[in-house]
Parts: sequence; C-alpha cells; structure tokens
Amino acid sequence: MPRLNSPAELSELREEIKRDLQVKQAVETIITVGMGTCGLAAGAGDTYRAIQKELDARDLQARLRSVGCIGMCVKEPLVDIQLPGGPRVTYANVSPGRVSRLIEEHLVNGQVVQDWAIGYVPTEW
Amino acid sequence: MVQVTSAGTEGNSELLAPYTELPFYNKQIRIALKNCGIIDPKDIAEYIARDGYRALERALTGLTPDEVITIMKDSGLRGRGGAGFATGIKWEFCRRSRNTPKYVICNADEGDPGAFMDRSILEGDPHSLIEGMTIAAYAIGAVEGYIYCRAEYPLAIAHLETAIEQAHEYGLLGERILGSDFSFELYIKEGAGAFVCGEETALMASIEGRRGEPRPRPPFPAVSGLWHSPSNVNNVKSYAMTPQIVLNGADWFTSIGTQKSPGTAIFALTGKINRTGLIEVPMGIPLSEIIYDIGGGIPDGKQFKAVQTGGPLGGCLPASALDTPVDFDSLVEAGATMGSGGMIVVDEDTCMVEFARYFLTFASAESCGKCVPCRIGGQRLLETLTRITEGKGTPQDLDEIMYISRNMREASLCALGQLTPGPVMAALRFFKEEFETHIYDKKCPAKVCKGLITFTIIADKCEGCMVCLRNCTSGAITGAKRELHVIDVERCSRCGICATVCKFDAVLVE
Repeated sequence: MPRLNSPAELSELREEIKRDLQVKQAVETIITVGMGTCGLAAGAGDTYRAIQKELDARDLQARLRSVGCIGMCVKEPLVDIQLPGGPRVTYANVSPGRVSRLIEEHLVNGQVVQDWAIGYVPTEW
Repeated sequence: MVQVTSAGTEGNSELLAPYTELPFYNKQIRIALKNCGIIDPKDIAEYIARDGYRALERALTGLTPDEVITIMKDSGLRGRGGAGFATGIKWEFCRRSRNTPKYVICNADEGDPGAFMDRSILEGDPHSLIEGMTIAAYAIGAVEGYIYCRAEYPLAIAHLETAIEQAHEYGLLGERILGSDFSFELYIKEGAGAFVCGEETALMASIEGRRGEPRPRPPFPAVSGLWHSPSNVNNVKSYAMTPQIVLNGADWFTSIGTQKSPGTAIFALTGKINRTGLIEVPMGIPLSEIIYDIGGGIPDGKQFKAVQTGGPLGGCLPASALDTPVDFDSLVEAGATMGSGGMIVVDEDTCMVEFARYFLTFASAESCGKCVPCRIGGQRLLETLTRITEGKGTPQDLDEIMYISRNMREASLCALGQLTPGPVMAALRFFKEEFETHIYDKKCPAKVCKGLITFTIIADKCEGCMVCLRNCTSGAITGAKRELHVIDVERCSRCGICATVCKFDAVLVE
C-alpha cells in the first residue's frame, strides 16, 4: 500500500474499499469468529480450527475471519455466517462439536440453524 | 471447489431478529464499541471503510487545533477513566502550556477484577484509539504519544502493534500525516501489572523507567508530566470516543446521555447476572434497566442483593438504589462511583462483609507503600474486616473502620489510597445490620463466613448413604451404612462439600 499523501487520497481510498467490500459481500461466503480474549477463553480457537478443517474437508469456498468482542460474553464462542448477499447471522455457544451441523445446514443447504441462531447484525450497525 | 448456496437464499432467515431488537442490545448505543466484534481489527481497510480516520481527515483539512478543542469542550465529554474530568478542558490546559515537547498518553492499565472494557477496544478496534490519540496530539501540539498497556494483555498489544504498523504504512502516523505539516509518533509501553500504575503520575514514572509510584499533584501532567513536559493522559474509552465526536459534532454527543454526563457509559457486566457481557448505554439509564432489561436479571430465581460499580475502589449499591440513574454525579450521590466501568452483581448468597473484604484484600495488596495512610491503613482495615468475618469482631471495630477510612481518604497521596476504603464504607452504609449480625450474634446471614457457620446432619433426613462421609476433605464425618452420620465440629473445615453432595438435604448450615 503506497503512503497516502493527502486527505483527498484517503477519501478516495475509503470509497474504493467500500465498493470493493460491497462486491466481495455479494459473491463471498464469510464466516466470522469472535476471537477476543473472552472468545478465546471460551474456546473460540478450537472452533476456528474446526471450521477451517470442515471447510477443507468438504472443499467449500468461504472466507474465514476473526474479530474482537461484540459483548455477548455469555454466548461465546460466537460465529457469524453470511452467505453471498445474505444477512450476517450470529450463532451462540459454537463449540467445535456444533461446527459440522452448522456448515452442513447453513452453508450447504442454505437453511439457518434456528436452534443456535440468536439474530443477525443489521447492515447499519 | 464447491460453491456454497448463494445470494442470500436462506429459506428461513426471516424468523431471525436484528441485534437492535434483542433485549441485550436494544437499549444500547454503541459509540466507542461501534466497530468491536464487527471489523477485523488486524485490517486497517475494514476500519477505514466504516468512516475510520475520517475525523482525522476532517481535523487536518478543516479544523484548527483550537477548533478541535472547542468541539471537545462543547461535547462535554468527561474522562471515562473514572474521575470524570472534562476532556476538552484538560486538552486546553495542555495546549496552553508553553513548554515543549508535549506528549499524549493513553492509560490502558486496566486492572480492576472483572473489568475488560479497555481490553475489548484495544483488541477489537485499535485504530479508533490510534485515531483518537492522533487527533488529541494535533489539538494539543504533541509530536509523540505513549499507550501504557499491561503486559497481561498480549492480544491487545499484538493488535495495537499491527494497527500502528499499518497506520504508518498508510501515512496516518509518522512524519507529515496525510501530507500535512503535522507529525506524530506513537509507542506502546508495556506495564508489569502493578495496579497503582493506573494512577497517572505513577504511570508516567513507569514510562520513564522509574518505579511505579505516584507523586503529589500539582503540578498536574498538563503542566509537568512525562519527563517534566506537558502531557495529556486519557483513558482508552475517552480517546476511542473522540473520532466520533469530531465527526458527528458536539451537539450530536450532547443529545445522548444527561446534561452533566453526556454520551455513553461502557460497563463490563459480570457476577450473578444472566447475560454477562460488555455494554455501552446512554448515561442516565437507571441501574435496574441495566441489570434486568439488558442483563436479564439474576440467575436461578435468586434475589438481587447489591451491585458493585467502580471496581475495588468503588462501592456497592443495594436494591433500594436500583432507580439511580447511571451517570458520574448520580452514582457518587448514591454512594458508589462510576469508576472505569466494572459492574459486578451479587445475589442473596453473597456476604457483604466478605465481599468488601475481597476488594480490600486486592486494593491493600496493590498499595505501592510510598505513603503511610495507604500502606498501613489498608492493612489495618483488612485486619479489622478479617476479624469480623472470623467471628472475632467487637463493637468498637465499626468505629475503627470509620476512623481508618476517614484518615485514608483525607491523607493518602493518590486515588488508590483515598478510594481503598470505598467498598467497605459503602457496604457499611447500606448493609450495617449484616456487619452487626457478624459482631453481636456471631452469625453470617448469607452463610458464607467459615468462622461463623456450622454444619450438622439432620437425624430425620439422613439415610446413612455414606456419600458425605466419603467426600469429606477433613475426615470429620463418622457413621456406618444406613446409620445416622455425625459431623465432628472440631475437625470440620467448613468447606461445604457435604451439603452439596447430600441428595437428601440432610446437611443443615447455620
């Protein structure tokens, strides 16, 4: 990334990134794991690795990313699944044992696992 | 590669509610926590996409340093570290100091038991802190900044390091930021974890490489701080709110919260509460709404007993104070403090004497020892409380507590010593009868204090199953199969295991 030399360049870059993210969101499946210290203490590291393994095993295309703490400590580990152009659905208490069913039902069959879903992140959050 | 189901075709997602309709979130307003848990903190692009560094852009293009300070003053932002001093005024003092160089410092030495507000921001949205500090540096005229963060926060430090590196790469830190004449370098100083280093003068001593001990103020850091230079020290949350205030304006900020405490308050909600978590609420929200509506009340059908705000240097409030609006002044008026944002809820099973003793144990162990009232006073207070919990308390002990507390408040060098008696004084104010029961009746109403409870087996209920006998850690239970078991009071260590393992409720605790 070349250095930004003026506020205008930053503005331009911001618009570019926004467009880029919009395009990506329309075509990518994004899986987000809450991996702040609180999430990690609840086992988010194992969950993350289990998701990675499951995606590899099924040869599924999805972008796996980690974020900080969204505040719902009691529901950690938290995993968000967002299908291309779809809502960012949050799942609670995702232990490694729950990963397989999540991937099967949400990613492959396109059905939200209502038993574990707690809501979705509104776009204007 | 196999394509996953595409284009938002979840057949059943309409059953879901957005976060904004969940009880945990619907009363929250997220300003400092806006990006936490949403963006990847290791990717500056995600921060920039959510209006990141737009406030800095705006400051550098359209605002003079004095205008930035005016916005901050008009916003009425009060320091979120706990003391609640007006941030804009603090910045102005520092700007007016003639000496150079000047420093901006972030106090990220969060150490209260049960508090993790600052950590969440450092880990989840480090760029908001960097942007806030850079704006502060621009306003004050500083060229260097330090983030004082404890080494026990390794992930926070790692994310900060990545963020600082990326900001440099983009020209948002370092020489001639965004091509302007303004330059600013930011460094991380890892603290070794002494609680007193959260006190600003001790913090600066620690950055200088000296022992983390406070010194008397004045001179205040704005006049003579780090290396005797004018320095501005703010908490993580204050800096993290800064970009939002500069971007959205002072009027927007004052439209949230109360007149004297504008904006939002961030709390780490822990203890005996259904929905533990990290919340950001408008100032002035009643305590009850935090505990019952957001926190979902007390688990297992138990009764709410008290809530501790302000951590080990704060105070507790009883059920009668649940209507108290949560803001700097109302909490102090009610007998607690805002503090940095810890909120610990306890239920009927908590002994308030023991609860106060716990915080006192923490605070007195963290005394740096420089001044006598804190060093000796804390110890004497702790001894007095320990005596009471052991059943050796005397009626004079209550006067003794008040006497030591008053002296510590008035004569201690820094806030650590001045506020150490806080939890005890608040507990004594609201739960005096519980102290008296310990002293006069030699009983602990919550059945917690080991010196004041006994375990006996009720003859009618005991089936002689031998489970308690086998689990007893001190070999205090005697008996045979299908015969009444007996606890030897002398040998009993009062661990309570027998009461938990008994399937027939035959163990009486009193």
